Amino acid sequence: MFSADLLANAVVAGILLGGFYAAVAIGLAIVFGQLDIVNIAHPAFIIVGAYIAYILNSRFGFDPVLVGLLAAPAFFVVGALIYRVYFLAFERTGQESLSGLAFFFGVMFIIEVVLILIYGVDYRLVQADYIGQSWRIGFVDFPFRMLVPFAVATALTAVIYTFMSHTFMGRAIQAVAQDRLALQLMGADPVRIKQWAFGLGIATAAIAGSLLIVIGPVEPSVGRLYIGRAFAIVVLGGMGSISGMFIAALILGIVESMVSTFAGPSWSPAVAFGLLALTLALRPAGLFGRR
Amino acid sequence: MKSAAFWGVLAAILAGGLALTAVLENEYYYNALYLILQATLMAVAWNILGGFTGYVNFGSAAFFAMGAYTTVALNKALGLPLPLLILAGGAVGGLVGFGLGYLTLRLKGVYFAIATLAMAIVIETFISNWTYVGGARGAYMLTPDQHLWFNSYIQMLFMVMLLLTLAAVAISRMLSSSRLGRGLAAIRDDEVAAESAGVPTLRLKLVSTTVMGAMMGVAGAPFPYFVTFVDPVSAFNLFIAVNAIAMPMIGGTGHWIGPVIGALLVGSMQEIVKVTVSSELNVLIVGVMLVVFITLAPQGIVGLVRKHWQRRKS
Repeated sequence: MFSADLLANAVVAGILLGGFYAAVAIGLAIVFGQLDIVNIAHPAFIIVGAYIAYILNSRFGFDPVLVGLLAAPAFFVVGALIYRVYFLAFERTGQESLSGLAFFFGVMFIIEVVLILIYGVDYRLVQADYIGQSWRIGFVDFPFRMLVPFAVATALTAVIYTFMSHTFMGRAIQAVAQDRLALQLMGADPVRIKQWAFGLGIATAAIAGSLLIVIGPVEPSVGRLYIGRAFAIVVLGGMGSISGMFIAALILGIVESMVSTFAGPSWSPAVAFGLLALTLALRPAGLFGRR
Repeated sequence: MKSAAFWGVLAAILAGGLALTAVLENEYYYNALYLILQATLMAVAWNILGGFTGYVNFGSAAFFAMGAYTTVALNKALGLPLPLLILAGGAVGGLVGFGLGYLTLRLKGVYFAIATLAMAIVIETFISNWTYVGGARGAYMLTPDQHLWFNSYIQMLFMVMLLLTLAAVAISRMLSSSRLGRGLAAIRDDEVAAESAGVPTLRLKLVSTTVMGAMMGVAGAPFPYFVTFVDPVSAFNLFIAVNAIAMPMIGGTGHWIGPVIGALLVGSMQEIVKVTVSSELNVLIVGVMLVVFITLAPQGIVGLVRKHWQRRKS
């Protein structure tokens, strides 16, 4: 049962999977980690991204990843609008804890049900030349359907990391997270910055969704499994730290891949939530805590 | 509402239910009523933690499923009668709720809510891998032959659920007007202030989570007999969790009657839409209503009515 090549394959598959998880969690690392907005609907937006990739791929044969990149600006606008509603209804009146949570829960549910109403519960998939291919180095497999998402997600993480640390807007977003009042005294508008950041977070969901459907077939309720994964990664990574988030994503990917190889794939959904529960119970600040 | 009037209304509803089973034969109506009552019981239970104490539980479906699977397991192992199964379901749900209460020691607000979601998925994974109760494939339940003096088994289940729901409403009302209920409200408004004012916050939160868990377990216990086939997908359905949150939010979380109003309103709308429009659209209603109500009327229907009365007085 236990052998070196099985282990090596599990680790490599875990690293590739973990890279993809970084794309899933990065939007939440901005929205939840920096702005403290509990967007549990984030995975639902990822599923919407996956369906857009599916539609344009099956109709016109566009490359799914390209569709994801092109859809990102539209997602940005939608995200900014949602933040407007959220701000006006909950944040301004100080009700974000209970009502805000229920709001995103409702949004998530609506997205899922609407997708089911239109497309049913069948699994959808995309076609691209690279999806069936793979590299084989020694006894380790590198399937392209995992390698491409890994590469795109890593690039996305690098871009966001650079953006957050080197541009004015990126630093402003971090400033909102650190001290909102001080930012206001400097003459900047925290609401506008948060709107920008929320839009950016949702925009990453378009890309993550296109990667998700490259990895495997997607149906509307798949998103729920990613709630735990995304939150586990953000909390473990230390709330808002982009580099911490990437390492946490790799850890989760490897652990999940190991469990799935040695205990059976039906156990893997429990891994993320188990990890999340452990982190919350033992070290709520995460591995690379912001506070 | 005065105490005498309240108990009078409960007795009248119970008598009405009994009278209904004597005159109405069509099983469809009992199916629909059972689902509405089940949703009411879940909403009342959710409100004890969510509305009175201010902790959001996203994992309601897990407690419900725990009750349902207790029935499946005990029925297979011992063949117990329904009343004992309901007690057992309540005990298991209460026990898990008690454990959840200890979680509030370390996890506040948002983190608690996410942890309940996590708990639900972990429990679902365990049940899906537990082959004794059918695992991911599900388990069939045989409907027993006896149904007391009722014409059919579903009629009896309906009366059982009516009784359970009325009991839950009575408990919820007693909790909210008691000393304990005021302690819970203090926790909801400001937990640190409550603690420093001498409110035994942990003990009260444990009572709150245990009662909530027990009620949800009770709600799930008769479910296998109702559907005759249980699998993790139906027992842990997100629809159950969304209903449990949305109904109190729509009715108004501050008052014990809020979840009842919300559940009766949304529950009957769902059943009507299910037959008249489509069985898929009825799922969408609750989501849309939830979002609309919390953005436009955060205090729910109870809040709207209160505002209306105050305006008329002044």
